[in-house]
Amino acid sequence: MSTSKMINGVPVQEHFKNAHHQFDTAKMGIWLFMVTEILMFGGLFVGYAIFHMMYPEMFAEGARFLDWKLGFVNTLVLIFSSLTMALGIHYIQMNQIKKAVWSLAITILCGAIFMVIKYFEYTHKFHMGIYPGNLLDIAKLNEHLTQVGLATVNSTNLGMYFGFYFCMSGLHGIHVLVGMGLITWCLIRAVRGDFNPNYYTAVEGVGIFWHIVDLVWIFLFPLLYLVG
Amino acid sequence: MMWLFSLINRANASTFMPTEGSDIATRVDNLYGFLIATSFISCAILIGGMIYFAVKYKRKSDNDKVAYITHDTRLEVLWSVVPLIIFLVVFAWGWIIYHDMRKMPENALEIHVTGRQWAWMTEYKNGVKSPDIVVPVGRDVKIVLAAEDVLHSLYIPSFRVKQDAVPGRYTALWFKADKMGEFHVFCTEFCGTSHSAMITKLIVISQEDFDKWLIEESEISTLPIAQRGGKIFNTRACASCHNVDNPSVKIGPSLFQAFGTQKALEDGATVAMDENYIRESILNSQAQISKGFGPRSAMPAFQGQLSEAEVTALIEYIKSLK
Amino acid sequence: MGNAAHGSNYINAEKGLMSWFTSLDHKRIGILYFVTVLFFFLVGGIAALLLRLELFAPNVNAAGQAVAGAIFKNGDTYNQALTYHGAIMVFMVIVPGIPSIFGNFFLPLQIGAKDVAFPKLNLASWYLFMTGATMAIATMFLNKVDTGWTFYTPYSIRTSASVSLMVAAVFVMGMASVLTGLNFIATIHKLRAPGMTFHRMPLFCWAIYSTSILQVLATPILAITLLLLIMERAFGVGIFDPKLGGDPVLFQHFFWFYSHPAVYIMILPAMGIVSELLTTYSKKTIFGYTAIAYSSLGIAGVSFFVWGHHMYVSGQSELAGVIFSFLTMLVGVPTAIKMFNWLATLYKGSIEFTASMLYAMGFMFLFVIGGVTGIMLAVLPIDVHFHDTYFVVAHFHYVMVGGTLMALMGAIYHWFPKMFGKMYNEALARASFVFVFIGFNVTFFPQFILGGMGMPRRYFDYIPAYEQLNKISTVGSWLIGIGFLIGLVSIIQALRSGAKAPANPWGCKTLEWQTESPPITHNFSHEPHVTEGPYEYK
Repeated sequence: MSTSKMINGVPVQEHFKNAHHQFDTAKMGIWLFMVTEILMFGGLFVGYAIFHMMYPEMFAEGARFLDWKLGFVNTLVLIFSSLTMALGIHYIQMNQIKKAVWSLAITILCGAIFMVIKYFEYTHKFHMGIYPGNLLDIAKLNEHLTQVGLATVNSTNLGMYFGFYFCMSGLHGIHVLVGMGLITWCLIRAVRGDFNPNYYTAVEGVGIFWHIVDLVWIFLFPLLYLVG
Repeated sequence: MMWLFSLINRANASTFMPTEGSDIATRVDNLYGFLIATSFISCAILIGGMIYFAVKYKRKSDNDKVAYITHDTRLEVLWSVVPLIIFLVVFAWGWIIYHDMRKMPENALEIHVTGRQWAWMTEYKNGVKSPDIVVPVGRDVKIVLAAEDVLHSLYIPSFRVKQDAVPGRYTALWFKADKMGEFHVFCTEFCGTSHSAMITKLIVISQEDFDKWLIEESEISTLPIAQRGGKIFNTRACASCHNVDNPSVKIGPSLFQAFGTQKALEDGATVAMDENYIRESILNSQAQISKGFGPRSAMPAFQGQLSEAEVTALIEYIKSLK
Repeated sequence: MGNAAHGSNYINAEKGLMSWFTSLDHKRIGILYFVTVLFFFLVGGIAALLLRLELFAPNVNAAGQAVAGAIFKNGDTYNQALTYHGAIMVFMVIVPGIPSIFGNFFLPLQIGAKDVAFPKLNLASWYLFMTGATMAIATMFLNKVDTGWTFYTPYSIRTSASVSLMVAAVFVMGMASVLTGLNFIATIHKLRAPGMTFHRMPLFCWAIYSTSILQVLATPILAITLLLLIMERAFGVGIFDPKLGGDPVLFQHFFWFYSHPAVYIMILPAMGIVSELLTTYSKKTIFGYTAIAYSSLGIAGVSFFVWGHHMYVSGQSELAGVIFSFLTMLVGVPTAIKMFNWLATLYKGSIEFTASMLYAMGFMFLFVIGGVTGIMLAVLPIDVHFHDTYFVVAHFHYVMVGGTLMALMGAIYHWFPKMFGKMYNEALARASFVFVFIGFNVTFFPQFILGGMGMPRRYFDYIPAYEQLNKISTVGSWLIGIGFLIGLVSIIQALRSGAKAPANPWGCKTLEWQTESPPITHNFSHEPHVTEGPYEYK
């Protein structure tokens, strides 16, 4: 059973000795969960590597349609958001809750900017007829390419590249959204005054999650936009 | 050493394995015999030991004196190392046989076998097609496998060989039949509704008979049109779903005396079973489904699979079923 | 259940059905799993009996096949039944079974903790599991899935069945499995009672620990594979589909990268239970504690590198086959070590044949056969012949049913007095063992021979040569059915009118027996202080 007792202003669940014990355990759980997240993306990376080896020219052709500048901006945005997230935790440890709330708010804003840029990238592709897999409309894409005076597409299985692109960036995007939701939850609790330097497990956990999500993007960006 | 071989032979005789159709099959069975013998010994030690201890040390009273033994390093090393050695021996022995199984012989007779839902189709270099795999005795045969729709797996139990047929790539297996006769060929990779009906025969005949058979089959184009249709009917494994000599239903409706009759359809309409109806049913089997066989017909569509002449021959054959 | 105990315990602490569905108590959550897993076992078991009925004779439309013929109009119905039998038994019974029921209930008790590390997450896992299970059952009422539990591409991409929903269901149940595993790892690392060092933990805890590591590390790969399969069906992304240059064999690599470790997720907890049972009912310390504990970890470690032995004939290279065969042999060693240690535990013991002990010995008997046939299947050319035949079916049933289910039954009887505070009827329980054990061998031993003769698995119909052995096998399945039915009756009978159980009816040394039966809500009235190993019978 887990009824909580208060020790030094920290709610400690019955089965833990003290706040420190509870914090350590929670952190271990979160890291274990992060291992599963990394392994899950790992599966996608393995698939990417295998098919990149089999069809390098198809991947090169696909990368042509990604705008590395937008990807680069998004990378900067996420790295910056990791910094503000870390600052948020730092300020709670210093008991400067107001500054912490601002840091968390900026982090959410960065997440939102990232998603808006992604939204424009996605809609632009849909506009050109670029969809994942079988749905890729090569005729429409080629028509568009001739109009703007670019070379038409050669690879017949280009759909697979965009299958990878949409699956990898889409799954990552879902994680960013979930992360934003979690940070919002932390922000509300911070405003409510739940956290203090002795008790900030939730922010710490969400912070680890957010850093891992950023880390995944740092691998996705070069693989999708630059390597090609 | 002698007792071990006699044990292997005895184990071999009682393994219920199918007839050994090739040298590789015999070698596989010898290894299997060795495995059965060693397994039998391990079971005797472990299960026999368990039963012996259970009887001997059955609880007599609540105050039985028991031994206090936490471990015994020598024993533990022994029962780690001995199994390891046995495992490595069978691994190496298996590797040698497997290597010979996978090394394709040069100058083998090459035959193409294609799996599709739910039939095998064999094609020879001279263009002859057959639902059975016909091969000459005493000659290396290499089967190049392909699949048209989903995974299949070609399995010839008597030859102890098996290989998946994978859509989008070729795989291969080889064997050298050392006795004549007919052997079962199964599909062992689950492939849908009639997976268990995807069975055919491997027919091993003498080299002369084989050469004669190839020539006869290639002369098919000179046959009367309905007879040619009958051949295609068998090659395409239509017979595995449709009866042709009695009106009972197999998986699909019977074609016996069916031509010219009125046919009730799944959607309630009725249609005359004429040339065009049969043609459509072959090429696009989902279009007009016979009553009782819907909502989706189990029959594959043959659009793009059959030439115009082949469709015509099939229809003429069905017309001849009186 | 008011008369179970005078004092308060975890069962009577709170009243009403809702108090169970909202409980954060690991013991109550264990009971939730107990009830649900048993229910799914019943569903999967009925599917199995139907499958065997259909195989009673070749040619479903023949005379004497009236019942089967009425149920199985064609191969489709049969394929659906085998898919549900496999998927339910694997994902809803055997994988969650022992860890979720007994791990939840007894892991904290055995290490002297008040609860698992994350009680809320624990309840959430059960709800996730139930969500997934409901989705899986829902597909039965939509387009029944006919792919087999392995979902091999490209068949699973092409079929019109509700594969996406089914696969999503497995994904959700996989999450439940990950969270349970994660919870247990944290619990073992952080919540052991004072003095409970790793080397004083009961072997069941070691087994659960190894299992949890597998759950956490292997399941994510299944998750991504299944997501990609859904994407494949929705958009045709082409990764597993040869149409766009994808590779159906890659799906098999991904799938078995999870599903082979999953085999050990299924068997390791059973091995843990057998270690407990053998030492308890011979009143003798376990032989080779360290070897058994670390062989669990060894098996878990090597199990990640043997997945390719499911694919000797899939078209992978000869070298890959050789490497996987070699590594598979290495898994055999720690397994053999365990078997010999168990045997040595019986030596000079004082053996009492309770139903639990019978099930534990049944496990040893059947698992040896499952093990040696496993080694046969690891040998390359032997597997080429046996792959996807009834030999494989017999082998994994000897391991999964003869191993895991026998241990599960043994665990139910062993821990029943602790869980419910009542004693069961020993005669009924032994009768269930006799039927299950004999029925099991009658059902599955002939299948080894059938496989040798070449009968492929997942066959709705077969050639007449296989008829006799199939008949025997089907008759055996009825005996198993009767056995489990008697088992069910014995449990219901014990719940209704079992005598009150003492705190420690078997004279065990492990911590869960040092508190009341059933345990109080907080498990122990005083935090236990551990001073010696778990099996100090002197």
